[in-house]
Amino acid sequence: MTTNVIGNPLPRVDGRAKVTGAARYAADFNQGGQAYAVIVGATVGLGRVTGIETAPVEKMPGVVAVITHRNAPRLPYAPHKSYIDPATGERLHVLQDDQVRFYGQPVAIVVADTLDQAERAAAALRVSYTAERPLVDPADPKARPVVPEAGKQPDARLPADTARGNADSALADAPVKVDAIYEIARENHNPMEPHATVAAWNGNRLTLWSKSQFVVNEQAEIAAVFGLPPENVQVICPFIGGAFGTSLRTWPHVTLAAMAARQVERPVKLVLTRKQMFFMTGHRPRTLQRMALGATADGKLTSIVHEGTGETSRYEEFMEALTSVTTFLYSTPNVRTRYRLLPLDIGTPNHMRGPGEASGVFALECAVDELSYKLGIDPIDLRRRNEPAIDEGENKPFSSRSLMKCHDLAAERFGWSRRLPVPRSMRDGRLLVGMGMASASYPAFHAPANARARLLPDGTAEVEVAASDMGPGTYTSMTQVAAETLGLPVERVRLSLGRSDYPPAPSHGGSWTMASVGSAIRAACMAVQEEAARRPQDGRPVEATASAQRDPDVAARFSMHSFGAVFAEVAVDPDVGTIRLRRAVGAYGIGRVVNPRLARSQCIGGMIGGIGMALMERTVLDPRDGRPVNAHMADYLLPVNLDIPQLEAHFVEEIDPHVNALGVKGLGEIALVGMAPAIANAVFHATGKRVRSLPIRIEDVLSV
Amino acid sequence: MLPFTLEKVTSVQAAIAAASSGRRFIAGGTTLIDLMREEVEQPAHLVDINTLPLSEIRIEGSDLVIGALARMADVAAHSDVQRLHPLVAESLIEGASPQLRNMASIGGNLLQRVRCPYFRMHDAPCNKRTPNSGCAAIEGLNAGHAILGTSDHCVATHPSDVAVALVALDATMQVRGPRGERSFPVEELFRLPGDTPHLEHTLLPGELILAVRVPGGPSSRRARYLKVRDRASYEFALVSAAAALDVEDGVIRQARLAVGGVGTRPWRLRMVEKALIGKAPDRKIFETAARLALEGARPLSGNHYKLELLPRTIVRAFEMTGEAA
Ligand SMILES: Cc1cc2nc3c(=O)[nH]c(=O)nc-3n(C[C@H](O)[C@H](O)[C@H](O)COP(=O)(O)OP(=O)(O)OC[C@H]3O[C@@H](n4cnc5c(N)ncnc54)[C@H](O)[C@@H]3O)c2cc1C
Ligand code: SF4
Repeated sequence: MTTNVIGNPLPRVDGRAKVTGAARYAADFNQGGQAYAVIVGATVGLGRVTGIETAPVEKMPGVVAVITHRNAPRLPYAPHKSYIDPATGERLHVLQDDQVRFYGQPVAIVVADTLDQAERAAAALRVSYTAERPLVDPADPKARPVVPEAGKQPDARLPADTARGNADSALADAPVKVDAIYEIARENHNPMEPHATVAAWNGNRLTLWSKSQFVVNEQAEIAAVFGLPPENVQVICPFIGGAFGTSLRTWPHVTLAAMAARQVERPVKLVLTRKQMFFMTGHRPRTLQRMALGATADGKLTSIVHEGTGETSRYEEFMEALTSVTTFLYSTPNVRTRYRLLPLDIGTPNHMRGPGEASGVFALECAVDELSYKLGIDPIDLRRRNEPAIDEGENKPFSSRSLMKCHDLAAERFGWSRRLPVPRSMRDGRLLVGMGMASASYPAFHAPANARARLLPDGTAEVEVAASDMGPGTYTSMTQVAAETLGLPVERVRLSLGRSDYPPAPSHGGSWTMASVGSAIRAACMAVQEEAARRPQDGRPVEATASAQRDPDVAARFSMHSFGAVFAEVAVDPDVGTIRLRRAVGAYGIGRVVNPRLARSQCIGGMIGGIGMALMERTVLDPRDGRPVNAHMADYLLPVNLDIPQLEAHFVEEIDPHVNALGVKGLGEIALVGMAPAIANAVFHATGKRVRSLPIRIEDVLSV
Repeated sequence: MLPFTLEKVTSVQAAIAAASSGRRFIAGGTTLIDLMREEVEQPAHLVDINTLPLSEIRIEGSDLVIGALARMADVAAHSDVQRLHPLVAESLIEGASPQLRNMASIGGNLLQRVRCPYFRMHDAPCNKRTPNSGCAAIEGLNAGHAILGTSDHCVATHPSDVAVALVALDATMQVRGPRGERSFPVEELFRLPGDTPHLEHTLLPGELILAVRVPGGPSSRRARYLKVRDRASYEFALVSAAAALDVEDGVIRQARLAVGGVGTRPWRLRMVEKALIGKAPDRKIFETAARLALEGARPLSGNHYKLELLPRTIVRAFEMTGEAA
């Protein structure tokens, strides 16, 4: 019997399939006789389509259809919302009217026999518009913030307003204060794999091989759009080439692929271009935040005021957890948070790795750093002085919180004691050296999930669940959970993911897959063993399906979050302003680590995302028409190998008996969360200049 | 992508003949194919010159001769280039990415098109792509654009790194066309945009670049290329400087300076060079001289920072000439 599979640094079970090309991604599922579709996007940022010259394009070689709002079928668009969709507003109804709501919005789809023919026809299609200047800049005084509808109720998951004590008067009375505005640029997810859908109809049944982090919701969404019973739609997506949240929602291109396939009565393949991924499939919203801290002279926080605003589209209210962490990271009697949305003429943003927390914690952790300099207290020490015993926002104990252990471990590995406290006092040759740190936090979510396990007569087992693996190693870690529960070697367990007809799983996001799906797999494996024990051994497979969810009583009693500490060292060239991260160390308290190799890989990936957020990533919109001007991998800067120095991820011992039976808290997002503030704080320490807007670029530190 | 024909040629003669009848050369294809994919370049006929014997890198007397088809990676890694012309090697290594450098030729590099984002957008006006359509960058987003040599018709920077080094070193081009061979300074290859930004270079129809010749000299070894940008690799310069000094008995005998990322062509700064001659090389002197670089500079709404960054880059590049690479 194999035991202790959990905790082993197993290499990826799907690694070989990936590097040999055997792993099939959505666009690899070519169907016999398929046609190719290319989307034509609006070239104005706001207005109406007044004319589309389809006739000449229809005559071009290979063209089988040009679909516009004029000839597109009117789709039912039955109401459907999952928790991944904005609670307020209505999704974009694609090709259903002549309105252009944002630059790049689909206004036509061209279908042809080959991709080349479709691309050429799409490029040749002439569309005319009446156009107005869109509002795309959150800093524009014409942009008016609104209270998010879904945050108005006091018991909302993301309340628009929260308060305890009287933060404003405590702030006014505080002997030491920080009160500053922080800004974060719009970012795009930019996974390696583009969005892709291959759609094939068989009568009124539809199969979609489609890049999705949430196949059961894609099934439900498309069924609603086309007015079909959900069982008529099958979504298949065994592998994902990175997503970072962009494939959580089902975007209009999936509808367009299905619409086109029905129109031309052939399977249709649609792959978005890199450029289209800059406006059609969501983004991390630009945010503006005011963070004000009040403290006593000995560093006790007396007040936190956090007012954050995120951009959204005109047709949906996208919300994220911008102000949440502020309510429980520190001990202080007075906290007020305010969250507003700024509707703009843009496509709806969506979740991007560490959604909300990454942006909110940037403001909070930079402000705390600023306070540490004002007080002359070491930044770690300041955090220790304000470490709460319980979640003071919820007034509940934490199920586990190892934040200070994380700080101790990371500080030691990093060599924080070598840091000289005075800004601009450390040098390496000509270069200014800076060290900065920040805390990180992300909720330990858990959603109901289901799984099926099957014991085969040959002594192997199969496990099926409609979850996905966008890269973190879900195939491997879930196989470990199943093998350990069944007492089988991992080689004898086969896990299948990514089909909507498997037992339903929650979206592959929110760092909850191990907790949710892992628990379901564990339950299914236990159930199938019980079933096998009950049944006579007749040489037939034994199967069981089970579900798992968090015990609501336990959930009500505890506040559940992962915590971490991130330390960064930067070097800034005092002459030309180049900022280079030299090394970073993160330590995380995430409950049980199922696979240390994958966990480390996840953390390193998240930290690299944080480097991008801190120093490079921003999608720049032309204010005249809302077009992204750098929608190109050479122009939208992401860290390349030379920008990625030595990164270390450590895990503190943490046993959390409350979160779930596996004791896991999840770590996909938290690894990104603290990185940007740690780097920003290091840039201040190096230069003495506080830059409060991300990304921090050469031109920001030049005037040093 | 529009359809095109592709013809392979095996002699320089045949290549020139083909190009004289309107065909376009293709070398590594890293600029051309990229822009053809986006239908910004629309040649109907291509002549593949990759099999021509033009990839040699050799030393002739004190000159370095680089064949037009030599790949960026090969030139940068060549021991003679590193030893005798470290500036050339450094400027190549700082350009593009390893994958691109393996494909990209020196000839193609000099003729690469601008990186102005609007140049690639068919739904934006661009005088360079479509003459007389207007310039989206002048009133648009122009943080990456030029401050020197601009016109009311185009403000795009010339993107090549190695061209900056070659212009600093007084390199010459060797070209052959239907009317025979000629050679001229690399600096004269590039036109200012004026009111004809679609005309970028001075090659005559059918002319093929054969080689680039870099003269050796006292200052070529004490020379550095500094490229300033937000990420460490795979990004075009915000500002770059190719600087060389010939110092004898503690006095500057000769100085060379060309800058990139700021001009509509690789920008030689002779006034700065002149201001250094006869002086002892130190930071103060570099700073005083570097201020002259801004003469005639016209910043745009988004690139005022280049007024600050350009002199700093020049000072630092001159300082670096005294340091090991
Ligand atoms: C994403 C990206 C990033 C880049 N970053 C940088 C950078 O940081 N710095 C930098 O300097 N460059 C950079 N480049 C540009 C790169 O260096 C050029 O694309 C490359 O050098 C062009 O060479 P090629 O052989 O591929 O030219 P091709 O694409 O084959 O040709 C380019 C042009 O030159 C003409 N041509 C080619 N050879 C000859 C010849 N012998 N005689 C006459 N005409 C000829 C062609 O007709 C064509 O018009 C980058 C390119 C890309 C795509
Ligand atoms: S700067 Fe030049 S290349 Fe850019 S839009 Fe204007 S004309 Fe075109």
